[in-house]
Amino acid sequence: MLNPHQKLNPHLFDKDVEQVPIRKGFGEGLLQAAEADKRIVGLCADLTESTHMLAFKQKFPERFVEMGIAEQNLAALASGMAAMGKVPFITSYAMFSPGRNWEQIRTTIAYNNRPVKIAGSHAGISVGPDGGTHQAIEDIAITRVIPRMVVIAPCDSIEARKATIASSKTDSPTYIRLAREKTPVITTDETPFEIGKAQVVFDSRVSSDSHKRDLDVGIIATGALLYKALKAARKLNQEGKNVAVVNLSTIKPLDEDTIIKVAHDAGAIVTVEEHQIAGGMGSVVAECLAKHFPVPIEFVGVKDLFGQSGTPDELIAHYGMDEKDIHQAVLKVLLRK
Amino acid sequence: MSLTDEKVKLLEAKALDIRRSLIESLIEAKSGHTAGPLDMADIFTYLYFHALKHDPKKPAWPYRDRLILSNGHICPVLYSTMAHAGYFPVSELKTLRKFGSRLQGHPHREWLPMLENSSGPLGSGLSQAVGMAMADKIDNGKTSGKYFYCLLGDGELDEGNNWEAIMFAAREKLHNVIAIVDRNNIQIDGFTEDVMPLNPLTDKWKAFNWHVIEVDGHNFRDIDRAVGEAQAVFDKPSVIIANTIASKGIPAFERKFEWHGKPPGTPEEIKTAREALGINKN
Repeated sequence: MLNPHQKLNPHLFDKDVEQVPIRKGFGEGLLQAAEADKRIVGLCADLTESTHMLAFKQKFPERFVEMGIAEQNLAALASGMAAMGKVPFITSYAMFSPGRNWEQIRTTIAYNNRPVKIAGSHAGISVGPDGGTHQAIEDIAITRVIPRMVVIAPCDSIEARKATIASSKTDSPTYIRLAREKTPVITTDETPFEIGKAQVVFDSRVSSDSHKRDLDVGIIATGALLYKALKAARKLNQEGKNVAVVNLSTIKPLDEDTIIKVAHDAGAIVTVEEHQIAGGMGSVVAECLAKHFPVPIEFVGVKDLFGQSGTPDELIAHYGMDEKDIHQAVLKVLLRK
Repeated sequence: MSLTDEKVKLLEAKALDIRRSLIESLIEAKSGHTAGPLDMADIFTYLYFHALKHDPKKPAWPYRDRLILSNGHICPVLYSTMAHAGYFPVSELKTLRKFGSRLQGHPHREWLPMLENSSGPLGSGLSQAVGMAMADKIDNGKTSGKYFYCLLGDGELDEGNNWEAIMFAAREKLHNVIAIVDRNNIQIDGFTEDVMPLNPLTDKWKAFNWHVIEVDGHNFRDIDRAVGEAQAVFDKPSVIIANTIASKGIPAFERKFEWHGKPPGTPEEIKTAREALGINKN
């Protein structure tokens, strides 16, 4: 059952659920944050419209900086602006920022401890027809290993808006992972969001007949695949399994308490992410649980492969991150309990 | 106004002190870079003891000029100059590269907060300097009065990141960015023109719409004239290509790329270095 305290979209499971690109929420959040904080500047590497920085550029032309196709300069120059008191948001596709400019991000932003916010659009395999070169499925791994870096993968456009605004108020270097395609709107304006806090969005025990039982499994998802995790959970619930689903939008710093509690209650975990299994959110969860509360874990994600052209649906299915794959992973992990 | 004879003598004496201190810190550290720090000692001396608007007692003074070191490996000369300028005790130079020292092997501003930036990985210092100038332009227009001096090695111009920043600064006409390239002609693997030719270097910068000035990097009057000229240019950023002699001050080491990345180590090398710089260690 959906957790009522989360105040999720009541039409979540409707056939015609509203779908909005996550990156759009970033654009709205940036505009809102910039209206409140004059220190905010926006830098973009020749992708102003598709990264949704265009509205910011039009409203605050004097605070917008066009970088051209130069992602290394994008990161290092933003560090310099932050040194003078600015709060820079830098945008490109995730493959190029934080992909191409990783060392500049590490040294000039994180090592220097400058509050630069890196918005990586078109992350994940669902970029679709552009093909494997443009599908960033390693970005969580490369950002989360950088000391101080906060890593957020919002589940929908509303959460992206909240994450953008929240990140503008911190002094931390931050990576915000954004997806290109339209995806279901899961949350509402009232849904709680806090950087560093995981949210239990679904819990079978909410329904009266099962609230005393333990969970059978906990599903931890990040990004837009949270929607598929929720659908899988609903089906499992109908099949008599007690399931909890966690929206782990902040991958770093990790909300260890929530992860450990779900692992404790369920005794088995499935992680779901549109990212390489190696080094991604599932790895973060596994590192935490191996230390604090070891339970069997199955990982839904990309299995050490590059992507290819196709529709987002085709690719999600081909690379094993669909609702049925989550369902299968749950059945598999239950056998290991 | 050009430098007085008295001022030139004072700067020359300071530069010698700075060379002596940095070579002693390298001998003590038993690792680190020799050639670049020695050949940039005159320019660092000129900047810290003449050109920079700064206050070592108030390093966070917001109206200060910024000095951004891009090739962090020449930090022995940065540390030595800052110590002589009064940022921290000269005695601290002996801690260079040691565990717990504020004087990290490559500069880290968290350990030494009066640094403008951390550096070491080459090619991104100019971007940071340009970013600072850009932020300053947004806040204060074109006439803030601050200068952003970025010191680069010639070898590091191999890095593409530099040319991204060079294009950007020209587009924005950031006249208060003054890049100074240590044209010592060496890098780790050999002479720059053998490893990856940079010439015609002045033409390259000119083609990217920078104001280019070439100087003798060991002549204070030349350096002063070049910095003055750079400050007077209003519609372009400026670069000073400072022709320097690698390892300047220790003739036995001069111009040799082998001295790029090691300190005087053997007793004979240490003796040679100290004798050349007139260091009396009894």
